[in-house]
Amino acid sequence: MRLAPNGPLLDEAGPDSDVVLSSRVRLARNLAGFPFVNKATVAQRHQVIGLVQRVGLESTLGTGTVWVNLMHATSKERQLLVERHLISRQLAEGDTPRAVAISPDERISVMINEEDHLRLQVLLPGQQLEDALSRANSVDDAVETKLDVSFSRRWGYLTACPTNVGCGIRLSVMLHLPALRMTGEIERVRRAAKELHLAVRGFYGEGSDSTGDLYQVSNQVTLGVSENDLLEQFCQRIVPRLIDYERQARRLLEQSPTTLDDRLHRAMGVLRSARLMGIDEAMKLLSRIRLGACLGRLPDVDLRTVRRLLLQAQPAHLQLAMGSELGEDQLREARATMIREALT
Amino acid sequence: MRCQHCDKPAVVHEVLIKNGKRTEVHLCETHAAEAGVPVTLHQPINQLLSQLVNVSPAGAKASPAKAQPTCSTCGLTFAQFRNSGILGCPDCYDIFEQNLGPLIEKAHAGAVSHTGKVPQRAGGNLDLQLLRQRLVRELDEAVAAEQYERAARLRDRLLTLPESGCSPATGIGEIEGA
Repeated sequence: MRLAPNGPLLDEAGPDSDVVLSSRVRLARNLAGFPFVNKATVAQRHQVIGLVQRVGLESTLGTGTVWVNLMHATSKERQLLVERHLISRQLAEGDTPRAVAISPDERISVMINEEDHLRLQVLLPGQQLEDALSRANSVDDAVETKLDVSFSRRWGYLTACPTNVGCGIRLSVMLHLPALRMTGEIERVRRAAKELHLAVRGFYGEGSDSTGDLYQVSNQVTLGVSENDLLEQFCQRIVPRLIDYERQARRLLEQSPTTLDDRLHRAMGVLRSARLMGIDEAMKLLSRIRLGACLGRLPDVDLRTVRRLLLQAQPAHLQLAMGSELGEDQLREARATMIREALT
Repeated sequence: MRCQHCDKPAVVHEVLIKNGKRTEVHLCETHAAEAGVPVTLHQPINQLLSQLVNVSPAGAKASPAKAQPTCSTCGLTFAQFRNSGILGCPDCYDIFEQNLGPLIEKAHAGAVSHTGKVPQRAGGNLDLQLLRQRLVRELDEAVAAEQYERAARLRDRLLTLPESGCSPATGIGEIEGA
């Protein structure tokens, strides 16, 4: 598997990156004439992979597109792809024929035989939902030019789970909301999100925790709304409002500068001194210093370093960087060393 | 966190700031309802499905096996869907429409039909797509029932349809990995 040591979100921060880490658009599509993945035979799943491979995705994903057959990938490689947000946990953990095509810049991935035959994903740094949707549509058009997809006049794009039926699209933003968490306002945001029919999830999407104060906010309604309606809702109302709430909460924290600085410098102190560090603690403390860097209160810390550490502290990335199979304690030691060296 | 009026878990959390004074409100479902605060505005499909079990008509209990709708294309029963939340094939949408329609409507904030993008090939070819799906299904049935003459007629009919990336003419028999 040919993947760069770092992901696409490392070199570029993107717009509104003090709060928005990344923007993602995901489309769910199924090929006509086949049962959905859970009822498809092994032969049919191979057929779906074969048909998608012949579409010529390289023309939209770019020359050098990487194809990964997940039946042949090692568990470490699969975990690396999850940490890089290129595949879902469900695709990583499956045990039937499934694959992913990844664009050379790692901004586009096409998962085959996840819950639906196709899950097209575009992931861009910062708030770039409009660009992400436009790219996702280009890939979708390329697929639909060559293959018939399951579609009904009434229900729209037919998906294995009826929660995705309709336009089959999920827009989401990964938000860093440490100040809303510290001020206890995050529950209010969750409730407001619920009223707006939005899902608020953790760092790795469905079923994951909000490690490092990172929250993924996405639409839940996909029927009766067009792609452009959703884009407008997100770009005009939802995302600007969430960014504004977090920035207000940050200003509130700055009204008690000593308390805030104490928290930031304590985090910095532990990161610069610890000899063993688990992933949850690393994420929590890196989140703190990311806040400090965004507010200009930790002048020694640059955001690129924090972005790199947030990625490379993940277990599979750490294993890859160390070049050897490490046990849990060795991983904690390697993580602490890597962070300490990067921050001192 | 507990409700401020009783010992039940709080499901509504509000922070009110009035004249610079901060007040927190934590309410359980019952007290939130009494205060006129809607608690569940959007329900995930699994939650809706579990509620459906509770509101099934009394008569359905007498003969659950016979009353169970089953998709004739993929064999999925509605009970299986109720457990997993996942449908088996595109035809499930039509076959389970009576039970599924209200669930979809609730899960999508009252929406009853699609708005937005239509696939390029389906725009003018939707009927063709549906015809192809039906013929493929009938062909499978004919082969399974060893009705080879009928199967040959259906195959010939499929071959006369305009070229498609998913038609059996280009799909069946080609198995390869990624």
